Amino acid sequence: MTRILKYRVRVMLLAGLFAAAFTLTTAFAPVAQAQSKDPIKIGFSMALTGALAGGGKQSLVAMQIWAEDINEQGGILGRSVELVFYDDQTNPKNVPGIYSKLLDVDKVDFVVSGYGTNLIAPAMPVVIDRDIVFMGLFGMNNNGKWNYEKYFQILPAGPSPAVGFSSNWFEAVKTFKPKTIALVAADAEFARNLKEGAVENAKAMGLEIVYNENYPPRTADFTPIVRAVNAKKPDIFYIASYPNGSAGLVRAIAEVGTDAMAVGGGMVGLQYAGLMSGLGPNLNGFLNYDFYVPEPTMNIYPGSKELIDRYQKKVKDEGLKTDALGYYLVPWAYAYVDILGKAVNAVGKIDHDAIAEYIHKTKFTTVVGDVEFGDNGEWTQSRTIAVQYQGIKNNELDQFSQPGTRKIMFPADIQTGEVKPFNSLR
Amino acid sequence: MIMRYKFEIGCVAFLVLAFILTQLGLNRFFFFAGFAVLQFIMIATAWNILGGYGGYINFGTAGFLGVGSYTSIALIQWSNVSIVPQIIAAAALAGLLGLAIGYFTLRLKGVYFAIATLALAIVLETVVNNWDFVGGAAGISILPTRKPELLGAVIVDRKIGVFGNYKEFLFFLIAGMTIFSVWVARTIEKGKLGRGLNAIKDNEEAAESMGVPTLRLKLIATTISGALMGAAGGIFPSYLTFIDPLTAFNLEFAVYSLAMPMIGGTFTWIGPVLGGLLLGTVQQVAIVTISSELNLLILGVVLVVFVTFAPHGLVGWFMKKN
Amino acid sequence: MIILELFINALIAGILLGGFFAALSIGLSICFGLLDTVNIAHPTFIVAAAFCTFILNANFGIDPILAGIIITPLFFGLGWVIYSLYYQFFEKTSAEALRGLAFFFGLLFITEVVLIISFGVDHRLVNAAYIGKSFGGEFAGISVSVPFRLLSAFVVAAILTLGLQMFLDRSFFGRATRAVHQDMMALSLMGVDPVAIKRIAFAIGLGTCGIAGALMIIVIPIEPAVGRLFIGNVFAIVVLGGLGSISGTLIAAMILGIAESMVSTFFGPSWAPAVSFTILLGVLAFRPTGLLGVGDTR
Repeated sequence: MTRILKYRVRVMLLAGLFAAAFTLTTAFAPVAQAQSKDPIKIGFSMALTGALAGGGKQSLVAMQIWAEDINEQGGILGRSVELVFYDDQTNPKNVPGIYSKLLDVDKVDFVVSGYGTNLIAPAMPVVIDRDIVFMGLFGMNNNGKWNYEKYFQILPAGPSPAVGFSSNWFEAVKTFKPKTIALVAADAEFARNLKEGAVENAKAMGLEIVYNENYPPRTADFTPIVRAVNAKKPDIFYIASYPNGSAGLVRAIAEVGTDAMAVGGGMVGLQYAGLMSGLGPNLNGFLNYDFYVPEPTMNIYPGSKELIDRYQKKVKDEGLKTDALGYYLVPWAYAYVDILGKAVNAVGKIDHDAIAEYIHKTKFTTVVGDVEFGDNGEWTQSRTIAVQYQGIKNNELDQFSQPGTRKIMFPADIQTGEVKPFNSLR
Repeated sequence: MIMRYKFEIGCVAFLVLAFILTQLGLNRFFFFAGFAVLQFIMIATAWNILGGYGGYINFGTAGFLGVGSYTSIALIQWSNVSIVPQIIAAAALAGLLGLAIGYFTLRLKGVYFAIATLALAIVLETVVNNWDFVGGAAGISILPTRKPELLGAVIVDRKIGVFGNYKEFLFFLIAGMTIFSVWVARTIEKGKLGRGLNAIKDNEEAAESMGVPTLRLKLIATTISGALMGAAGGIFPSYLTFIDPLTAFNLEFAVYSLAMPMIGGTFTWIGPVLGGLLLGTVQQVAIVTISSELNLLILGVVLVVFVTFAPHGLVGWFMKKN
Repeated sequence: MIILELFINALIAGILLGGFFAALSIGLSICFGLLDTVNIAHPTFIVAAAFCTFILNANFGIDPILAGIIITPLFFGLGWVIYSLYYQFFEKTSAEALRGLAFFFGLLFITEVVLIISFGVDHRLVNAAYIGKSFGGEFAGISVSVPFRLLSAFVVAAILTLGLQMFLDRSFFGRATRAVHQDMMALSLMGVDPVAIKRIAFAIGLGTCGIAGALMIIVIPIEPAVGRLFIGNVFAIVVLGGLGSISGTLIAAMILGIAESMVSTFFGPSWAPAVSFTILLGVLAFRPTGLLGVGDTR
């Protein structure tokens, strides 16, 4: 009797194995070879759940707006454009499989990256293996080790991203003539890289580093950190934090206070609608990085305002559960696919060598202004802006879509305000 | 004679099958997804040696995998050690860790043991976060060797290599490791060790008074289980080419490592294999078909439904029906 | 002097943080410590409560703590339902703890998905007059500042813990709950239905999620997956304090809070988790029942 049962279990095991193998191979059998009139498929993974989903969802909406736009204008190479995307759950583990699926099974014509450095990194070897163009969205020096000539990245942090990210912030604080600096970073990939870049900038300025620590993601109370920093009496206080920590530090600084003249720098999350309105007046005085703010000088980015308006309308009309304002990622997520589309149309055929060469030598005019890529696929110059939060009176969301709450301090060509000491704005 | 080694012959047959698969020039997605599924089966099998046979719930799977991953990373950083020694070192170190945790927590039972392993995983994660040699919290990218060689033969090369592609090589490696783990698990189950562990699971005091060397058996089980998990982690950096502590020490591993044997059935080696196969395949398919928060829902619902309606897993459910 | 000032402030901050940790763990101390249900979804239920608080606060301007009290019955009911299911499928058949654990893992994921679908993935905060402000002053040359945000969490947590402790010590129900933990048979011989006792106790444990959720959104910004970060902390606290001991939980929460605050102040915050969990491992190695635990380690 037991023999029979064991036999059955074994049969079941074999059946299971074959069923699994069968599902994995045949259910995803390649679709028929692309016809010339079939749509051009652009594939990517995107963080739609997990820690980076806030940014991922926002990016996806922007990319969908772009697809609508390009299809109205006649598509790419006369073919319509279709986006093929999968949720990577903000887990790098899922990324290699997704890109393999996109390239081998869905037979997409192009791939672009998901949102964030650690979700771009696992896709690199898969893409390099095929020798195809790869557009990156907010990756921090992903190409540093690979030196892949067909990788292009839209985060406007210049040829050396970690350093370029904070260079404009350090330019802005020069008016205070600081001598000492304290640095705090979240124990996470992006924040740690930012801080390393900031340390280099600080050394270049001859600042003395009086405090340099990291905090773990499960930190609930930030007042001990702020007090420890205050005890060192730094002139400026550079923070590279993730959303949880950004909010925690803003509140802790509001409660404990600080005498540093400039506070902030690399605080991710203070650009999100939810956190801005949640923190409200506590934000006043913070000097932080940003990429796009609703200031009048931003009209040097042609079409960006219209794009943001369309995004906000779309979110409102369709009741999407994503960032209500969309300043942080929308223009950039739009631009990185836009550049790809423009390049393919200019080359006139799907030839990855020619497209990469074209992107390298061309200056693109996009919703994020003029874009040029250097040899490593990063921007040739840093366009990260330093903004200071000013005149925030309450927790209304609307004030953040008007000029004035986040004034641009640097770069000089789009400056809209003067940097003031942190405590003078509290 | 042949009947006696039936299982071993089956193992070799599967290994040969895995090798043939890599030579067929199949769709490369198969190897990516296949790798993930096989890694799951290996983790489930390793976990079950301690959790299923011995009844000790290890909640720190992520810790063992992380030690494996970061051993590999450290070796790569140190002098670009190739993949096979990486995996061996990873297994050795994670095995030692298993021995240590077994030794320090030998007085702990049940949930206390589970919480201790969880705490260990968090401590290890914090250490790696602060260890800049292996990238720290920022994570680290590694370049896989372009043309790895083993005993003079080129392993991966499009023309002259044994495998045409690095992913096919990794697939074959993990297939071999998984088959080995299953063989280890089955050997333990059928042997003295398995019977001893089962006695511990049923009633530790009684087993001890009957002369079962409980401490030694537990230490052997934690070491073997840890070493196999370490090996599964050791191959991970080469597959991902990017590792950060958040990925290596993901809570997900703890969940899956107990969910898979649970779904398959914990009392026999087939259980984790089936559970891993099922959950792994479902996960791989779901990622590329559903692509929304509903993905997470599948895991939740599968877990709740299985533990409520199939208390002894697939194997138990199947046996009862017939 | 500056060291002393830092030390005193770190101590105060640690005690307040400990209060917050206690609020997160106290319900688990009942569900897990007294009833042996490995409710790994506890922090996620707290996040769910935090979202409810957010809704009440953002739409009706209700004070978060008041909102927490309002939603407590909701979570009491939820606990009632969950325990009934749990009993039906697991306890009745005396299934192994592992299956219960897997069941609660399942609930964790389902709850997270429900939260993502209903609220999205963005971070949420609440506002109240006492958030973002602090009081303080100079005492003998040492300036001390206490954030109202954490103080409110501490006060509420302290009331909650002491209240539950008194309730479990003094009332018949409380003693019955402890009896359930020790000897179910004796209880049923006394004519008390142990299952009903356990159901109510579990519901009370989950009911504390209502208030804990309110405190959570006062102290930190929330998003659906934030609960996972606290699984380690809450279980560490309950085990460290000793299973079944409410006051042990409070003390353990204080120890972890103070340890974290001290390490953050003097050695760098990034080592805080290592220190907290090393304390736990040390205590488990030398005193396996936890600080105030009794009986065997099962």
